[in-house]
Amino acid sequence: MFAMTRINLIMLVMTTILFVFFFMAFRKPQVVPTGIQNLGEMFLDFVRVHISEEVLGHHAKRFNLLLTTMFFMIFAFNITGILPLMHIAASSVVAVPLILGVASYLVFNYAGIKQHGVKGYLQMNLFPPGVPIPLYLLVTPIEAVSTFIFRPATLTIRLVANMIAGHMLLVLFYGGANYMLFISDSLFLKPFGVFSYMAGFAFTLFEILVAFLQAYIFTLLTAVYISGAVSEEH
Amino acid sequence: MIETTVLAAVGGEDIEGIQLLLPAFYDLLFGGLSFVILLVLFWKFALPRAQQVLDKRTDSIQGGIARAEQQEQEAAQLLSQYREQLAGARNEAAKIRTQAQSERDEIVTQAKTEASSAAEQIKIQATTALEAERGRVVTNLRKEVGDLALALAEKVLGESLKDDAKAKAVVERFIADIEKSAGKK
Repeated sequence: MFAMTRINLIMLVMTTILFVFFFMAFRKPQVVPTGIQNLGEMFLDFVRVHISEEVLGHHAKRFNLLLTTMFFMIFAFNITGILPLMHIAASSVVAVPLILGVASYLVFNYAGIKQHGVKGYLQMNLFPPGVPIPLYLLVTPIEAVSTFIFRPATLTIRLVANMIAGHMLLVLFYGGANYMLFISDSLFLKPFGVFSYMAGFAFTLFEILVAFLQAYIFTLLTAVYISGAVSEEH
Repeated sequence: MIETTVLAAVGGEDIEGIQLLLPAFYDLLFGGLSFVILLVLFWKFALPRAQQVLDKRTDSIQGGIARAEQQEQEAAQLLSQYREQLAGARNEAAKIRTQAQSERDEIVTQAKTEASSAAEQIKIQATTALEAERGRVVTNLRKEVGDLALALAEKVLGESLKDDAKAKAVVERFIADIEKSAGKK
C-alpha cells in the first residue's frame, strides 16, 4: 500500500540536506558573516539578485520565496544524478517538475489576476493591443494555448526530459565502458571502452552544468512569466 | 544489457513512452512533501533571517556614515570656534599693547613735569639762599668798609673824629654814594 522508491528516498535525503545546510547557515546569523553563513548568503543572494530582482524589479520581494524554493529544490534534486550512491536525479520522475510547474502556473496567474483583475488579465493575454482585429482569429487561440497550456507543460517536460536524457547518457557511456572493457572478450572493443569511459566522465561534468542550468532556467522562466503577468505596460 | 541497466536505474519499473509523463502517486506525495518542507524552511527561517542580517548590515553602514558626518561637523565647528578665539586673543593683545603705550607716554610726561617743577623749586630755593647770603655779605662789607674808612680818616685827621656822631653820618653817606655809583655801573 505505502510504496517508496529509491528516488523518493533521494528526495527526502536532499530535502534534509538542504534543511540542515540552511539551518546551520542561519542558526545564529551575524552581521559580519563567517563560514557557512557566507555560503548561505551567497546562495540566497544569487537567486534574489540575479533572478528575482533582475527580472521582477520592485515586485521581487513578493515572489522571491517561491523562486528561491524552486531554484534550490530543483538544483538539489538535479545534482543527485551525478552524486555517488544516488546516481539518479530526483527530478527525473515527472511528478517533481510537475509540482513545480503547477506552482509556477498558479502563482503567475494569481499574480496577473490580482494585478489586473480576471477580465483585464485575460484581455491582456488573449487580446494583446495593437493587433488588427481580424488577426485575433489567429492570435487569440495561439496565445491561449501558449500561455495557459504550453507554459507549465514546457516547464515540466523540459526539466524531466533533461534529467532523464542525462541519466540515459551516463548509463549508456558507463554501461558501455563496463561491457567493452570487462565483459566482452573482443580486444577490438577495448579502445572503444576507454573512449566510452572518458565520454562518461565528460558527461558527468556536463551534468553538473545541466543541473545548475535547468534549475536556473526553470526559475528564470517562472520569474519572466510572473513579470509578464504583473507588468503595467500592457 | 544496457537496456536492463536503464530500466533498473529508473526505479526498477517498466516505464515507457507516455508513462514517463504520468506522475506516480508516491512521487507526487514525496515531491510535494519536499516542496512544502523547503517552502516553509525558506519562508519561516532562511529568507527572513538573511533579510534581517542584510538590514542590520545596511543599518550599521548607514550608522557609521552618519556618525562620521556628525564627527566631521563637530570638528569643523570646533575649528571655527578656535579660530574665533584666536582672533579674539589677538585683538585683545593689540588693545593691551596700545593701552600700554598710551600709559607709558602718560607716565613719561608726568615724570617730566614733576622733574621740571622740582628743578624749578630747587632753583628758587637756591636763588633765595644766594640772595640772603648776598645781603649778609653786603651788610658785613658795608660795616667793614665803614670801619676801614673811619680808621683811615682817623689816621688822616688825628683822633678828633672819634666818637663823633657827625663823622659817622658823613661816612655812611659817603658809602651810600659809592654804592649808588656802583649800582649805576
